[in-house]
Amino acid sequence: MFIVGGGPAGLAAAIKAAEYGKKVIIVEKDFKLGGQLIKQTHRFFGSKEECAGTRGIEIAKKMQKKIKNSANIDVWREATVQGYYEDDVLTVSHENKFKKIKAGKIIIATGAAEKMLTFPNNDLPGIYGAGAVQTLMNIYGVVPGKRVLMIGSGNIGLIVSYQLLQAGVEVAGVIEAMPEIGGYLVHAAKIRRAGVPIYTGHTIKKAVGERCVQQAVICKLTQDWNQVAGSEKYIDVDTICLAVGLRPLIDLLLQAGCITTYIPELGGDIPPRDENLRTTNNKIYVAGDVAGIEEATAAILEGELAAISAVIEMGSKGDRIKGERQIIKNKLHDLRKGPVGAKIRAGLKKIRGIEHATKDRYSHIG
Amino acid sequence: MRIQKHPILNFNRGEKITFKYNGSEIKAYKGETIAAALHAAGIKELKKSVKYKRPRGLFCAIGNCSSCLMTVNGEPNVKTCTTRVEEGMVVEEQDGKGDLSD
Repeated sequence: MFIVGGGPAGLAAAIKAAEYGKKVIIVEKDFKLGGQLIKQTHRFFGSKEECAGTRGIEIAKKMQKKIKNSANIDVWREATVQGYYEDDVLTVSHENKFKKIKAGKIIIATGAAEKMLTFPNNDLPGIYGAGAVQTLMNIYGVVPGKRVLMIGSGNIGLIVSYQLLQAGVEVAGVIEAMPEIGGYLVHAAKIRRAGVPIYTGHTIKKAVGERCVQQAVICKLTQDWNQVAGSEKYIDVDTICLAVGLRPLIDLLLQAGCITTYIPELGGDIPPRDENLRTTNNKIYVAGDVAGIEEATAAILEGELAAISAVIEMGSKGDRIKGERQIIKNKLHDLRKGPVGAKIRAGLKKIRGIEHATKDRYSHIG
Repeated sequence: MRIQKHPILNFNRGEKITFKYNGSEIKAYKGETIAAALHAAGIKELKKSVKYKRPRGLFCAIGNCSSCLMTVNGEPNVKTCTTRVEEGMVVEEQDGKGDLSD
């Protein structure tokens, strides 16, 4: 079994497949395993048994240890998958070699990339994705600047604002285009208590600076998303942090001929798959953010589900494995219950199953 | 700038090393990326855009976006956000797309 991506979904998949005796190769582009978990210093919400109350960095350590202790798992670090060919061969650059792999089953867990926002000078040094700010601060102990404007009040924007405060960085404010705060109020309250203003109904008009950011200009938005003339505020900051959502990294899936379809609730173009996470290419399973933007607890469960499904497909029989698969499905279902999971449920409902995938794909093009 | 005190994290920084950036010596810690070391030294401008020569810096920090490509030990287009810094490394801002002819 070949797993692309060493984040929470990929690692969970590898651990599960190895438990069932499969030989696994994980390909990870970075030199560290754990994906976004290794920079998440906050405690997790979510499913009762596994992760709630634990910090992401601790979850990553546990998974890394299991991977290290498994004789069935081979990890290729600093390795990049270069392509997927018609005969189901994957090519990988690793240790200055060009390697070719033909795997039994492939789990693609490539995760997501930060969305960009269009505004003048959005390419200036000092403008980062929220994930980059977390990497700098929480892995390397380096601050991105002295004073930050956060764009986006979803959970990532709120949590990273708090982490900036913890690192001794001033947060000039959080702006949010929607009329209401996007993330959990418990996170918003934490930064408000620290005196950080949250401007709802505001957008960034432009960044100002010669060689790097010196100011941000923000303004009010009308209900129809038009900028209100004369409402501009100039804020002195050396850093602008974008937390305006993520988009699934589906490039490899497209190359492998997997059909994708646009579902905004899941972050954009995603691969339709069956309830066992198999895509329209029957060798390929997906798990984690590449399958739709959610959070790490869901990614871990999806990784396990994809791995078990692939193991069954590779010929493992019996009630035990099928029973375990059902348990994981139930956990995912429970996790997505309630108001917090409403958006995910709405998105998943739009995936009607892979037999409809081709039709759905084109029905979204006007 | 480096974080000295943090309520949750302890930074176990590696051994101190020195590398070269555009001819000047920069101190860094073993195990960190080139981009992190440059940031710690206050250097945010990592490259210029190919066509309009606009300054560019770190954006994604996970090897996706190409905003941090530099020439490292003579090799162009190195992702400095996912490449670890080493003692004596020569890091330079690159001109344009970089030459791969040899």
